[in-house]
Amino acid sequence: MAENTAKKIATREGYGDALLELGAKNPDIVVLDADLAEATKTGVFKKAFPDRHIDCGIAEGNMVGVAAGLATTGKIPFVSSFAMFAAGRAFEQVRNSVGYPHLNVKIGATHAGITVGEDGASHQCNEDIALMRTIPGMVVMCPADSIEAKAAVLAAAEYEGPVYLRFGRAACPVINDRPDYHFEMGKGTVVREGTDLTIVATGICVGNSLEAAKMLAADGINAEVINICTIKPLDEELIIKSAKKTGKIVTAEEHSVIGGLGSAVCDAVCKSYPVPVMKIGLQDVFGESGSAEALVEKYKLDGKGIYEQIKGFLK
Amino acid sequence: MNNLELKKTANEVRKGIVTAVHSAKAGHPGGSLSAADIYTYLYFEEMNVDPANPRMEDRDRFVLSKGHTAPGLYSALANRGFFPVEDLVTLRKLGSYLQGHPCMQHVPGVDMSTGSLGQGISAAVGMALSGKMDKKDFRVYTLLGDGEIQEGQVWEASMLAGHRKLDNLVVIVDNNGLQIDGPVDEVCSPYPIDKKFEAFNFHVINMDAHDFDAIRAAFQEARETKGMPTAIIAHSLKGKGVSFMEGQAGWHGKAPNDEQYEIAMADLEKIGEELLKEEA
Repeated sequence: MAENTAKKIATREGYGDALLELGAKNPDIVVLDADLAEATKTGVFKKAFPDRHIDCGIAEGNMVGVAAGLATTGKIPFVSSFAMFAAGRAFEQVRNSVGYPHLNVKIGATHAGITVGEDGASHQCNEDIALMRTIPGMVVMCPADSIEAKAAVLAAAEYEGPVYLRFGRAACPVINDRPDYHFEMGKGTVVREGTDLTIVATGICVGNSLEAAKMLAADGINAEVINICTIKPLDEELIIKSAKKTGKIVTAEEHSVIGGLGSAVCDAVCKSYPVPVMKIGLQDVFGESGSAEALVEKYKLDGKGIYEQIKGFLK
Repeated sequence: MNNLELKKTANEVRKGIVTAVHSAKAGHPGGSLSAADIYTYLYFEEMNVDPANPRMEDRDRFVLSKGHTAPGLYSALANRGFFPVEDLVTLRKLGSYLQGHPCMQHVPGVDMSTGSLGQGISAAVGMALSGKMDKKDFRVYTLLGDGEIQEGQVWEASMLAGHRKLDNLVVIVDNNGLQIDGPVDEVCSPYPIDKKFEAFNFHVINMDAHDFDAIRAAFQEARETKGMPTAIIAHSLKGKGVSFMEGQAGWHGKAPNDEQYEIAMADLEKIGEELLKEEA
């Protein structure tokens, strides 16, 4: 796969596309925003279905509660904001008004992770996966590209119950542009077969891990790469199967190494097939201002950064 | 129901509250008792609900935003026939469907899970928006505590309700004047409550929370109000009906012991007898 030449589209674009498609199909789909409809890409839905779009203003806690109320009447609300505010500020509303009554609310959180870029650490949410996966019954998905993002949103709408969807701001390589692409919520996919180690990645780190795997191959190291879109419930079977083959795991995510995909993978392997695991991600630090590209490089989440960290791990 | 019937029913609702909280050895009697007449009016007079079909599609909705006063809601629902009154004694006990705070998945008639203050009103706004979206006639009622309105989310929700002109929504504030740490105006004054809701584009009604003529008039006025939501500031007495609980912040979240329970029930029995005399 030639990542350098692949077209790049942000996962939030897939979110907007999916909402537009869903809106036309299902009159119960309702979209809520907190003054960020342009940025979250829900603007396309707002334009097409103004009567089913509710701008709640800059009040994310209330927005989540309003969505809960809508869900009790049979609507399928998608609430949209930046991950920092949807999962961060509104955590307790998500927990108590959505999670506890297990209401059919979908949370479309964009601008997750450091690729928010220039806005800096106040807006770069590296804690949302950790927060959301602790809520009983919450599905957590983090798509790898715009194609998977759209598929994940459509799947979330089919599923009855709360779902947290994590999208990025920055354009990232499209890696699933193939005719036989198939998405299933809760299932991981082996995107590259290998024997020497397993890279379990989510979001933009999937494409970057494929790039790292190529560099490793040049050194004679054959890495298997697994794309985990659904972090909860985790496809433990697939991960364990790969761990049995390769004997070591590296996780890669644009998120804190505390509580995210890396922690979920550790939870899975340590109970049934313990192997050494190295977690690549934000190492318990805040981000900072800079271009998405420069930040991904600095925090070693690009292909080269992942490659170098894996080389260190294998020493 | 005429006022006398409502008063008798409210007295039964109060007995249920005291019995449930005594049995649980925990819970919130003060704010349940202050709102007992409101619960009674809503479930026996105002709202279109069907105990045989608690999830009836176009029913009126009630969200207990001040979820800690669940004993009041449970007692009203039980007396209305949503579930057996005898089950009230299982309140807060392991395995009971009557959780410490209302849980919509398990209690027939509970339209929204609540308990974390400030959140219920948002859900009520969502329900009202849904009704408007589908051009349905159902109405949505939510009950808040006067301490609860210190939560910022209440005003986020109110701003949206006013902006969206939700005239199918009634926000009731149980203004009993007391919260856990003491009088609300000493802790962090929410006053003037009526002017705040007016400023958020609500039609505001001040109401005596223990006078059924006033309650009837207020809810009628709310029904007739078009183009804006209504806020009813219900001036109430915390612990109403139980002599030693009336006006006492200490009875916000404390259960009566056996001796106190006997006194409380005797107080309510006496009120019941007076009402029988009134009937005769």
